[in-house]
Amino acid sequence: MSKEWLGRLQQWAPYAVTPLIVLAALPAMGLTAWVTLTIAGLTMGMMLFLVASGLTLIFGLMEVLNFAHAAFVTVGAFVTVSVLGPLVGWTTAPSLTLNLLALLMALLAAAAASGALGFVFERIIIRQVYGAPLHQILITIGALTVIEQLVIVIWGPDAIALPKPARLRGSVFLGSSPIETYRLVALFVGLAVAAAMQLILTRTRIGLVVRAGVEDREMVQSLGYNIRRVFVGIFIAGTALAGMGGMMWGQYQALVNYQIGDSMLILVFIILIIGGLGSVGGCFIAAILVGLTSNYAEFLAPTLALGSNILLMALVLLWRPRGLFPIGEQ
Amino acid sequence: MAGQPHKIPEQPSEQATIALAPAVSSSKPYQSGKLRRASWLSWIVSDDPPGRFLLNAILLLLLAAFVFAPFLFPGTKALGVASRICIFVILVASYDLMLGYTGIVSFAHTMFFGIGAYGVAIALTQGWVGWGAVILGAAAGAGVSLVLAAAIGILSLRLRAIFFAMITLAVASFAQILAEQWRSLTGGEDGLTFSVPAILKPSFRLFADPVLGVTINGPVITYYLIFIVSLVLFLLMLRIVNSPFGRVLQAIRENEFRVEAMGYQVVAYRTMISALSAVMAALAGTLMALLLGYNGPDATLSFSLMIDILMMVVIGGMGTIYGAVIGSILVILAEYYLRNVLGAVNGAVSGTPFLSALFHPDRWLLWLGVLFVLIVTFFPQGLFGWLRQRR
Amino acid sequence: MAEADDVLLRLDDVHTDIGRYKILHGVSLTARRGRVTMLLGRNGAGKTTTLRTIMGLWKARAGQITFDGQPIGAMDTPDIAQLGIAYVPEYMGIFGKLTVRENMLLATGAQGFAKDSLDRVLAWFPALKLKWDSAAGSLSGGQKQMLAIARAIVEQRRLLLVDEPTKGLSPVVVDQLVEALLGLKSEQTTILLVEQNFRVALAIGDEVAVMDQGRIVHSGDMAALGADEELQQRLLGLSMAVGT
Repeated sequence: MSKEWLGRLQQWAPYAVTPLIVLAALPAMGLTAWVTLTIAGLTMGMMLFLVASGLTLIFGLMEVLNFAHAAFVTVGAFVTVSVLGPLVGWTTAPSLTLNLLALLMALLAAAAASGALGFVFERIIIRQVYGAPLHQILITIGALTVIEQLVIVIWGPDAIALPKPARLRGSVFLGSSPIETYRLVALFVGLAVAAAMQLILTRTRIGLVVRAGVEDREMVQSLGYNIRRVFVGIFIAGTALAGMGGMMWGQYQALVNYQIGDSMLILVFIILIIGGLGSVGGCFIAAILVGLTSNYAEFLAPTLALGSNILLMALVLLWRPRGLFPIGEQ
Repeated sequence: MAGQPHKIPEQPSEQATIALAPAVSSSKPYQSGKLRRASWLSWIVSDDPPGRFLLNAILLLLLAAFVFAPFLFPGTKALGVASRICIFVILVASYDLMLGYTGIVSFAHTMFFGIGAYGVAIALTQGWVGWGAVILGAAAGAGVSLVLAAAIGILSLRLRAIFFAMITLAVASFAQILAEQWRSLTGGEDGLTFSVPAILKPSFRLFADPVLGVTINGPVITYYLIFIVSLVLFLLMLRIVNSPFGRVLQAIRENEFRVEAMGYQVVAYRTMISALSAVMAALAGTLMALLLGYNGPDATLSFSLMIDILMMVVIGGMGTIYGAVIGSILVILAEYYLRNVLGAVNGAVSGTPFLSALFHPDRWLLWLGVLFVLIVTFFPQGLFGWLRQRR
Repeated sequence: MAEADDVLLRLDDVHTDIGRYKILHGVSLTARRGRVTMLLGRNGAGKTTTLRTIMGLWKARAGQITFDGQPIGAMDTPDIAQLGIAYVPEYMGIFGKLTVRENMLLATGAQGFAKDSLDRVLAWFPALKLKWDSAAGSLSGGQKQMLAIARAIVEQRRLLLVDEPTKGLSPVVVDQLVEALLGLKSEQTTILLVEQNFRVALAIGDEVAVMDQGRIVHSGDMAALGADEELQQRLLGLSMAVGT
């Protein structure tokens, strides 16, 4: 009886990590700060999830690690700049509807641009390096550099300001805790995308094929599915998501520079490692965990803040070397 | 494959067969009569000369250029460039030990570079002076690097290549953050400035009168110190890769399952080479600190430096050690002088805004990146590897 | 252009390498329509490699593979599967994180399950009905094997490639599998079956090919081999003939 209990505990323990941290933080920082920071952490987690989810699926399905993923984030952020420029009438108007509409346009444009670039990228670069991890790492790093430099060529080397739309500046109050209005929008967008992904993965045929493919690519092919074609679709979806993440992040920072993708990349890798390569659900939980850790650490131990997630990753790896929710049997 | 519980060996596709330079042992260059007679020369390069006549000549020419650099290229800037090249040759060659010979991708190399530099910088700013401090700092840096590399190796080298790469990235990132935050020890983001030993200072004069038109001052002596140490370390690395130990490493790169089956502990070998590589990087860092009289996170720990190293080792030629020489020279010269070339082109296309932005001097990294991608795709053995194979 | 005779699958002098290791050294065999062809041999003889080569998971270095007259040696695995060839690998290949239903669904086209064929499969393997919405990873070894086979046959296939289905299973489960295979046989399904269990081979096999060290060393009638104990000993060794 106790062995079964232990097994159950082992199986459900990873799910407990996030709630435990959230609960532990409460006494450490007081309710007001806790509410603000938790929401902030969840929001950051959502934006990170947008960027990381594509990467984990791409890796899970085809074992391709794309270091240039950061470039798609950057492209998304800069496309946002170009889209919101002409829409300045909508963003400065005191109308929530127009503001949100402008953001929606930017979101779609960022997704489209990054997705299109992803299509080209898969054709030209990724196709050459399936099955060769060394080459993948090298060529995608090279491509990252090139794309970032091209971004500078098109948009210039300086950082560009991206002020938030009029009605989305400032904060609302939950009790006595201030919550930035924009954060609520980002939270909503993130959850909506996550929900859509979940629906597609669980309710559609293509989602079924993807989930099966992440577990056993060969078997899916033996069942007659052309996994290569599926992969191209996933790759494009992944890069489009990265673009969306870049848009939301750039707007959130109110500043966009050509290294915006790089700064996210290390956090994204940490999320992938903590969550388990290939697991979208794991990625979701890990993203939230990382977002929360960043925000809590900034408040509780500012000097450690930047390194807090790396420490978190080290701790998780010591406990579960393959991440919290690895695909495949132990 | 993500999650497959069974173990079916992969049937290598053409793409998976990485066309690195052939293992040194299988491409013993033709040994001319002249070389046999000068067997001490052979011994120095551990029976692994660059190639046949053309390559040997090129490398010898480069060697001569370095030996007489202060006289051939007078001026502090040129000497600084030459010093930097020597240091990077060691930094890149030590990276090639892991990447080209054993097949390990690590992003922590700059971390060890930084540790070596900080070793000297901290020693000289914490009160010790002179050569004693330098030796102490160098030893400390090398020691810490050795231990750290061994620890990372033992803990993570069992993992898949991509996992390991990502973890080294995280560790290096952490080191960078640590250096930036620990002001009391490392000077934080501003770094540490310190006094180098007297003999290396610009004001020092070895001889009162100029030799062959060049004053032998501190920078010149610094250069020769760096050059000689680099040369020794370089030859040492040649020896390592041509030893039985080195052959096992190459075998691991080719087919680690087979090597494991033959009874070798692959993880042990990988850990040893990582540690060795880290120590070399630390020593290169020590030299860098002496060159600059300064060390900070931007000087030795940045990710862009890591990318530079990758570019140099790939463009030069993985798995050859000599490739590090070619790669370092090319990339560093490009960093300094490609701007001029681009500036000239820029002048020619100044009409079109897009083209002039494309060829702007500051965009040298773009063109280097394009070159990098092209070489990885079409010449994975790098320039040196390709030249060597043409015989 | 279908073959004039009743050969559905033909391998001609197939050589397959894995990396530097040469596994198949000129394998030639045929599987006739509507018959069960057994592929026997010791461990490491190359039986799994043969099936994987047919399925396109590994590419042959030399030789011809024709399916119903069509050369398939250069085709990709999904296209080969689309021709109506189903493969049940030795490790079963079920997706542990998906439910039994989802595993089965993957084998059908866009229209989902055809009621009769699903019913017939579930009649052979009632345990699957019980576990219909459970994760496939929670099934017992025998149930997983049943799922693997059920998935391969729920749609009409022209050729079944099955790799050691009875391995590690209890006699009761083995009997259930044999019944299902006999049922398939009565439906005129062509099967190429790798087996270590000689009793099972005798029970369902029509024809037999024996492999050793990457070559076919005997081919002919299964019953004839069953009757010839001396030949059994010579080809397969004592351990095989005394199979459970």
